[in-house]
Amino acid sequence: MTAAAESTAQMAAGNPRRRRSRGRYVLHAFLIVTSIVWLFPVLWAAYTALRPYADTGGAARGYVSIGGSYGFQNFIDAWTRIDMPKFFLNTMIVVLPAVVLTLFLASMVAFAISRYSWRFNLLLLMLFTAGNLLPQQVVITPLYRMYLALPLPRLVSDNGLFYDQYVGIIVIHIAFQLGFCTFVLSNYMKTLPKELNEAAVVDGAGVFRTFWDVILPLCRPPLAALATLQFTWIYNDFFWALILMFTGDKRPITSALNGLKGQFFTDNNLLAAGSILVALPTLIVFFVLQKQFIRGLTLGSTKG
Amino acid sequence: MTDSVNRGLSKPAAPTRRRLGFPVGQAPADAPRRRRRFSVLTRRDKLLLGLMVGVPTAIHVFFIWIPTIASGILSFTSWNGIGLDRIKFIGLKNYTDLFSGVYPPFWPAIQHNLIWLAVFLFIATPIGIFLAVLLDKEIRGTRVYQSAIYLPVVLSLAIVGFIWQLIYSPDQGLINSLLGTAGTAKAVDWFGNRNVNLWAILVAASWRHIGYIMVLYLAGLKSVDPGLREAASIDGASERQTFFRVVFPVLAPINIVVLVITVIESLRAFDLVFITNRGLNGLELLSVLVTNNIIGEASRVGFGSALAMILLIVSVGPIIYYLTRSLRADAE
Repeated sequence: MTAAAESTAQMAAGNPRRRRSRGRYVLHAFLIVTSIVWLFPVLWAAYTALRPYADTGGAARGYVSIGGSYGFQNFIDAWTRIDMPKFFLNTMIVVLPAVVLTLFLASMVAFAISRYSWRFNLLLLMLFTAGNLLPQQVVITPLYRMYLALPLPRLVSDNGLFYDQYVGIIVIHIAFQLGFCTFVLSNYMKTLPKELNEAAVVDGAGVFRTFWDVILPLCRPPLAALATLQFTWIYNDFFWALILMFTGDKRPITSALNGLKGQFFTDNNLLAAGSILVALPTLIVFFVLQKQFIRGLTLGSTKG
Repeated sequence: MTDSVNRGLSKPAAPTRRRLGFPVGQAPADAPRRRRRFSVLTRRDKLLLGLMVGVPTAIHVFFIWIPTIASGILSFTSWNGIGLDRIKFIGLKNYTDLFSGVYPPFWPAIQHNLIWLAVFLFIATPIGIFLAVLLDKEIRGTRVYQSAIYLPVVLSLAIVGFIWQLIYSPDQGLINSLLGTAGTAKAVDWFGNRNVNLWAILVAASWRHIGYIMVLYLAGLKSVDPGLREAASIDGASERQTFFRVVFPVLAPINIVVLVITVIESLRAFDLVFITNRGLNGLELLSVLVTNNIIGEASRVGFGSALAMILLIVSVGPIIYYLTRSLRADAE
C-alpha cells in the first residue's frame, strides 16, 4: 500500500510530474523486490541442482555458499535414477488424448447449448459448472469402487477394468474438465452472431457441418487458450493417478519424484534437479505460451 | 443426506430463473418458440444434436454426479468395499462418530481447513488483488513483474512441495542453513514440526495462490472503463478512494469469481500436504482424511463417504452462490 499511497499523496501536493516520477521509483523498487522474492524458490532450486552434494551437504561449504563445482550431473542422475523417460511417456499417454477429447466433447456441448435453444440449456450449464467446482475428494470414494467394478473391453484395458488403466485416468480427467471447458466455450460461442447458423442452414449445411466448418474454426482463440491450460492442469495432476493407478510404473511423472527420496537420507541437490526436470514442460508453457495460458485462466472469469 | 445433495443440485434452477426477470413458467414456453425458427432441422440433425449433448453429459454425470450421490448414500452405511451385499445401513452413526471425536483427526482437520481458508481469504487473496492493482498502472516492465509473480501458478503442487522442501528441510534447508542450525539438534523441521508445519505449508500455498489471484484480478481491472477512473480523478478522488469506491464495486463479477476460487481452492488443498507428510502430524485436512480412508489398510467406505459429504456440504454454498451470480450475469 505504501507505494500507491505515497504516489497519490504526492500527486495531490502539486508539481505533479516530478513528484509522480518519484512515486514511480518507489513502485518499481517494490515490484522488483516482490518479483525477486517470488522467483527466489525456483532460482534456489536451480542453483542447488547445479551443485554436487559433496560441495554443499554435510561438513562441506553448506548450501548458502558459492564456489565448488557446478554442472549438470544431478540432472543426469535424476533422469536415469528413476527412469524419467518412462514416466514422461506415461504422462503424455494420458495428457494428449485427455486434452483433445475434452476440448472436442466440450465444444460439442457448448455448440448445442449456445447456438440452439432447448429447455435444459441453463440446467445443463449449471450441471457442468458445478461439477467442475466440486472438490475431487467428494467423488473419489465411490469412484474408486466403481473403477474396481466396472468392466472395460480387454482391447483397451489389460485387466478388463477401469482401475489401474490409462483409459481410466483419461476418462476421469475428461469427465472432470468438461465442466470448465464447456462453460468457457459456451460463453465464447454466445458472442458469435446468430446469423452464422442461419446462413449455414440456407447453404444447406447440416448441424454437424455448421459445427465443424462454421463455428469451430471461429473458436480457435478460446480453444488454444483452453488447450494450454488443460495441458498444464492435467500434466500437473497428482491425485487421480495416486488413487486410481495402482501400478507404480504406470503412474505419471508428478508422482515419480518420490522415488528420489531415500528412506533415511535424501539428497536435496538431486531432488532439486528432479523437480526442475519435471517442471520443465510447464515452464516451457509458461515462457512460450504465457498469453494463451493467462487467457485461458481469465476466459472463465470474464466474458468472451 | 442424499436428499440434501439432490436439493443442492436442483435448487439453483428456480432462484436463477426468478432473478432472470421472468417467471418460472414462462421460460419453457419461450424455448419452443425460438426453436421453431430452426424448424429446418431435419430429424437426423435433431438426433445428432441430441448425441452431441448427450454423450458428454452422460460421461460427466456418470463419473462425477453419480459418485457424488453415491457418496451421500454410502455415508449412512458401513461397508468395507467388498461385495455389495455387505453394505449395512447404520443411519447417522458415521456422522455422530465424527462429531463426537471417536475419530481423533476430524476436529484438527476442520480446524486446519478453516485456518487455510482464513489465510487465503484475509491474507493471500488481498495481496494478490493488491499486486494486480499495482501492476495495472502504466509502468514499464509490468509484463516482467507479472510473469515473475505468476510463475508458480504453472507448477504442479507436488513440485511446489519439493521446491519448498529445499528451503524448509532441517538438514539441508535454506532457513536452517542461514540460522546456522542445519543438521544440528536445534534445527527446526519446518514441514515436520506440528507447531509450525501448517504455517510453513501455507506460505508455500499462498506463494502460488497469490499469483493466481493476481492474474485473474488483473484481467478484471483491464476491463474497467478508463472513463470511470478519469471521472473519479476529476472529482478529486484519491487513488485509494477511486479503487475502493469506484473500481472495486464495478468489478463485482470478478470479486465473486475470486471469492469462490479462494474458498474452493482452500477446500481442495491436498497435493501439497500429501506430498509433505501424507497429511499427518499437524497437517490433517478433510481432503486427506477422505483419501486415507480409501487407500489405508482398512478401507472404510461409509466413513470416508461421510467425510466427503462434509466436504461437499461446505462447498455447496459457494458453488450455488457462484452459479446463480455468474449465470444470471450470463443471461443478461
